[in-house]
Amino acid sequence: MIPMTASGLTQIVLFLLVLLLAVKPLGWIMARVLSDPADGQQPVLSRGESWIYRICGIRPQIEMTWVEYSISVLMFNGVGLLVVWGIQRLQGWLPANPQHFDAVPNDLAWNTAISFATNTNWQAYGGETTMSYFTQMIALTVQNFVSAATGIAVLAALARGFVRNTSQTIGNFWVDMTRSTIYILLPLSAGLALLLVSQGVVQTFEPYRTVTLLEPTVGADGQPVTTQTLALGPAASQVAIKQLGTNGGGFFNVNSAHPFENPTPLTNFLEVISILIISAALCFTFGMLIKDRRQGWALLAAMTIPFAFLLICCYWAEQQPNPQWSSLGIEATANAEHSGGNMEGKEQRFGIANSTIWAVATTAASNGSVNAMHDSFSPLGGLIPMWLMQLGEVLFGGVGSGLYGLVLFALIAVFVSGLMVGRTPEYLGKKIEAFEIKMAMIGILIPCAFVLIGTAVAVSATVGKSSVFNPGPHGFSEILYAFSSASNNNGSAFGGLNANTPFYNYALGLAMLLGRYGVLVPVLAIAGSLASKKITPPSAGTLPTHTPLFVGLLIGTVMIVGALTFVPALALGPVVEHLTLNQVPKAP
Amino acid sequence: MSTKHLPPSMWDRKLVREAIHQSFLKLTPRVQIRNPVMFVVYVGCFLTTLLWLQSVLGHSEEPASFILGITLWLWVTVLFANFAEALAEGRGKAQAASLKKARQDVSARRVSEKNKQISEEVSAHDLRSGDLVIVKAGEIVPADGEVVEGVASVDESAITGESAPVVRESGGDRSAVTGGTKVVSDWLIIRVTVKPGESFLDRMIAMVEGAQRQKTPNEIALSILLAALTLVFLLATATLLPFSIYSVEQAGQGRAVTVTVLVALLVCLAPTTIGALLSAIGIAGMNRLSQANVMAMSGRAVEAAGDVDVLLLDKTGTITLGNRQAAEFIVADGVSPEELAAAAHLSSLPDETPEGRSIVVLAKQLHGIRAVNLEAIGATFVPFTARTRMSGVNSTDREIRKGAADAVEGYVRSQGGAFPTGVKSIVERVAKQGGTPLVVAERARVLGVIHLKDVVKGGIAERFAELRRMGIKTVMITGDNPLTAAAIAAEAGVDDFLAEATPEAKLQMIRDYQQGGRLVAMTGDGTNDAPALAQADVAVAMNSGTQAAKEAGNMVDLDSNPTKLIEIVRIGKQLLMTRGSLTTFSIANDIAKYFAIIPAAFATTFPVLKALDIMQLTTPSSAILSAVIFNAIIIVFLIPLALNGVKHVALGAGELLWRNLVIYGFGGLIVPFIGIKLIDLALAALHLA
Repeated sequence: MIPMTASGLTQIVLFLLVLLLAVKPLGWIMARVLSDPADGQQPVLSRGESWIYRICGIRPQIEMTWVEYSISVLMFNGVGLLVVWGIQRLQGWLPANPQHFDAVPNDLAWNTAISFATNTNWQAYGGETTMSYFTQMIALTVQNFVSAATGIAVLAALARGFVRNTSQTIGNFWVDMTRSTIYILLPLSAGLALLLVSQGVVQTFEPYRTVTLLEPTVGADGQPVTTQTLALGPAASQVAIKQLGTNGGGFFNVNSAHPFENPTPLTNFLEVISILIISAALCFTFGMLIKDRRQGWALLAAMTIPFAFLLICCYWAEQQPNPQWSSLGIEATANAEHSGGNMEGKEQRFGIANSTIWAVATTAASNGSVNAMHDSFSPLGGLIPMWLMQLGEVLFGGVGSGLYGLVLFALIAVFVSGLMVGRTPEYLGKKIEAFEIKMAMIGILIPCAFVLIGTAVAVSATVGKSSVFNPGPHGFSEILYAFSSASNNNGSAFGGLNANTPFYNYALGLAMLLGRYGVLVPVLAIAGSLASKKITPPSAGTLPTHTPLFVGLLIGTVMIVGALTFVPALALGPVVEHLTLNQVPKAP
Repeated sequence: MSTKHLPPSMWDRKLVREAIHQSFLKLTPRVQIRNPVMFVVYVGCFLTTLLWLQSVLGHSEEPASFILGITLWLWVTVLFANFAEALAEGRGKAQAASLKKARQDVSARRVSEKNKQISEEVSAHDLRSGDLVIVKAGEIVPADGEVVEGVASVDESAITGESAPVVRESGGDRSAVTGGTKVVSDWLIIRVTVKPGESFLDRMIAMVEGAQRQKTPNEIALSILLAALTLVFLLATATLLPFSIYSVEQAGQGRAVTVTVLVALLVCLAPTTIGALLSAIGIAGMNRLSQANVMAMSGRAVEAAGDVDVLLLDKTGTITLGNRQAAEFIVADGVSPEELAAAAHLSSLPDETPEGRSIVVLAKQLHGIRAVNLEAIGATFVPFTARTRMSGVNSTDREIRKGAADAVEGYVRSQGGAFPTGVKSIVERVAKQGGTPLVVAERARVLGVIHLKDVVKGGIAERFAELRRMGIKTVMITGDNPLTAAAIAAEAGVDDFLAEATPEAKLQMIRDYQQGGRLVAMTGDGTNDAPALAQADVAVAMNSGTQAAKEAGNMVDLDSNPTKLIEIVRIGKQLLMTRGSLTTFSIANDIAKYFAIIPAAFATTFPVLKALDIMQLTTPSSAILSAVIFNAIIIVFLIPLALNGVKHVALGAGELLWRNLVIYGFGGLIVPFIGIKLIDLALAALHLA
């Protein structure tokens, strides 16, 4: 029996439909913003833009080589990182701190700074108990914008590598960054924030409010509890960009499971669509930028098909009754009375379908925001989000970074299949040679390496093991999930692991840094190398890369690299859990 | 094509014996480090050997017999890889041996610039570039050079395998001689053009022996990919040790995975199949080229041949037969077709040129005209000369001439006749159709015109269609006028043509294509081809051509057959396809190996993982051993494929990919499941596991 409900499947289909409908219009607008200045189609669009250039001393006509572009990215992100660290350390003296939070501890401040600069938004802190409004708005939200804009800028530079013929330069980072921020991220976020506020997401500078409980309760110490403190703050403005920019860092600790971040079914739908919308639309943008839209659609198909498949798998796994319960005679199959399946760790108001859509979307994109606890998913249901991250965050992935990551896999797929048709492989009119392969493999290898090495260190060291709440294979899954999330710049947490320790703060911080720039810099190197090459026009002997066959090959490459790298580790975590769970309990 | 350079069969006993010997010699680290994938296996061998020694001494992580089994098969894996390479090299060496015979130390007679009569005896080794030597009938040409004086026939079979001697003479396009060839008649004075040790023969020997073999760009890129994949698997297996230790701690049962098993897993996962065969594939590609009697000066050129987008082909000899043939008799006003045919026939009977013979054949076919004995009718033949530009017959009562229109016009005038305007228009029409008009006249009377046509080679149009399907554009190069060229181009089915081609126009055309991102291949033989040859990406010089052409090209065709270019493209493509297909096969194999090894490796910690053992292998140790054995013997099974190349079919890229993906991708997924299961059954039957 297939334990899926019609309402659940309808929501999944509706979600995919709305997402895909948005791709073309948004993609078209973004292509206008990111068009190649070499084509002479990139006029300064507003006075605000030229004003920014004048203030910052940016000369927008100056083109950069890939090395200059990389240095600009690294310096810009580096300075941003230091600023975020500094604000956290100084927040006690800074304004907009109604709760009078003290300085964030050093290891946590570093971790958080790295986390937001790298578009990871791994949160080893609880927002409402750690960060002042000032820190949330000036440090974290600003990075939400610029780290996302950095991803878009690098993608635009990569696209130029394909279309430019024997050029040394790939555009100007400052221009790409500025335009991505002010024409794409700001307007979308402003609109979304207003919609969220209309639904009840809080947006205020007022201090936390203490309210009297309608139904008093008894605390752990046996004393009656009659009041509760409600955390408030400028949440809507941060929630909008955390979703759109695939950042994921919640204003409150429980992220989008919190009623002030995600109060209604409508906000849930808007927020979950926002996770994927820019990454999906960038495929169309990329197609326009390289002047071959079919290629963009093919890349979108390569993202959407496995995404939809894994989403259905995850929903199926969560809707499945727990076999251990069934053997005890507990009814856990969906029927007219109840939803059935695994409701542990899920909000009643979202249910299984919306929790799995969110879980799969947030890990397919490198978002990391949550509306349910992944730790409580069934073993297979939890395996899918974990594996989606381990695939390198390329099925949608982060804004810009997902697509440029997928292009790395496309280069590998083109290389092997190009050889199979007897030609030096070409992708989008450029020959793929040793340098591109080397860089692509570095970009693919580095996040994989840090997932595995990080997990290995953590399970070997006492400081790593002592943070695990759940022993056994599930504890192993929790550590593996944490390093998968950090190395691939996702930021979602499985839970069940106390990651706010110096060991995890520094180890995961390092994984986030290397996982971000270990991919970004090789991508820029590829962009530079491709730009300097001649364009090879396609012929009948050229492998077409917009066909279903190639889409299949690309999906296969992503899946096989992901599977071959992580099967042994997954076997020891979720797979063992699943097999153990399904063992029929012996009669007592 | 000659057969002299065909290598011995792949499994020739002597070659195999030598290859086995070489496989052991190649076990030194210096050789192994060149191949990163196999080097990992090599290091793994040492590791398990040490573990085995340790287990013999009583500190055992696994039963000694199991470690020994794994260790032996790992060494066998390395040996099989060495064997594949040695076998490929061996086939080249056999070829080289026959070439080396030609490189005996011969003595040369050096002459001085001023007086070419006085010569001094020196060893061929002492000849320097620029020296003059005299070579007489029966002597071996001591070094590569350019003929400066004399005409001689030369036996080049040592190089080309072709036994018929060729003429070499000073000046023109037939002035190059190759060291090691033999003058069979007359004498030559030769200016040596190479330094000792850099002769054509030396380069040829080095090439077939693989001594100078450098990795080609594509091979380097693939090596990087394979090395990176190996690194991924190294990480995945190495981290499995701490993962396993942690799992044992947590589960409170079983024992951690052993190093032996991890090494076995790593070797199985690493792309050893393609890693082991990669260098053999490259060597075999060069060998296939030399079997086709083409000498590539670099492996890079062979690879580039697979990428070629545009083929520039000379019309004469490549697209058309060298000779024109009579296709039609067109009569002048008031002349019967039989009369014209009879006159043309009579005038051509003694004409031994291919054109003349074709006229005789056509007259017989169309009008049933039979041969007559010229002597019986008292006729004498008037041969063609450059001055008259006509040929014909004179008999007591008749005088027939045939030749170019203007020549015959002069002849008719001199006989007191007039050249009819009707014939003039026929002549123009024939020329427009791409033919050569031959006018036939009997004294003052013009009888008509013979239409001589370029004959397109049989089957060439199909080959061009095949190339088109593969995405390769063909361009015909000809000195003909555009009208003639267009007519022949249309008949042969080439995509484009360059008429009235000059060397400059040819060079410009190549540059234009390259500017547009295309890779261009061409053949050439003359000195004036040299700039174009140097510019082209794949340039095949004819061995019969000049030294300048041979130096400008990156390949030399010993058969001097311009059609060979198509064959070269095929070999280039096949080389890349073989690499790609075996890479796909190698990676696809890993899925099955995971299913074999993962449940086995963690059998004691997590017995539930037994559910993944879909092959139902006998025991954990036999599962691991079977995977390792499969991994080793698949190399041997694929040696023939690596050496002969995957089957080449002329298909578009998409269809070709489907085909190879189904065979090597899907096949690579299925085969190891069957293979590992069979080996496991065999091991169980032999009580080895």
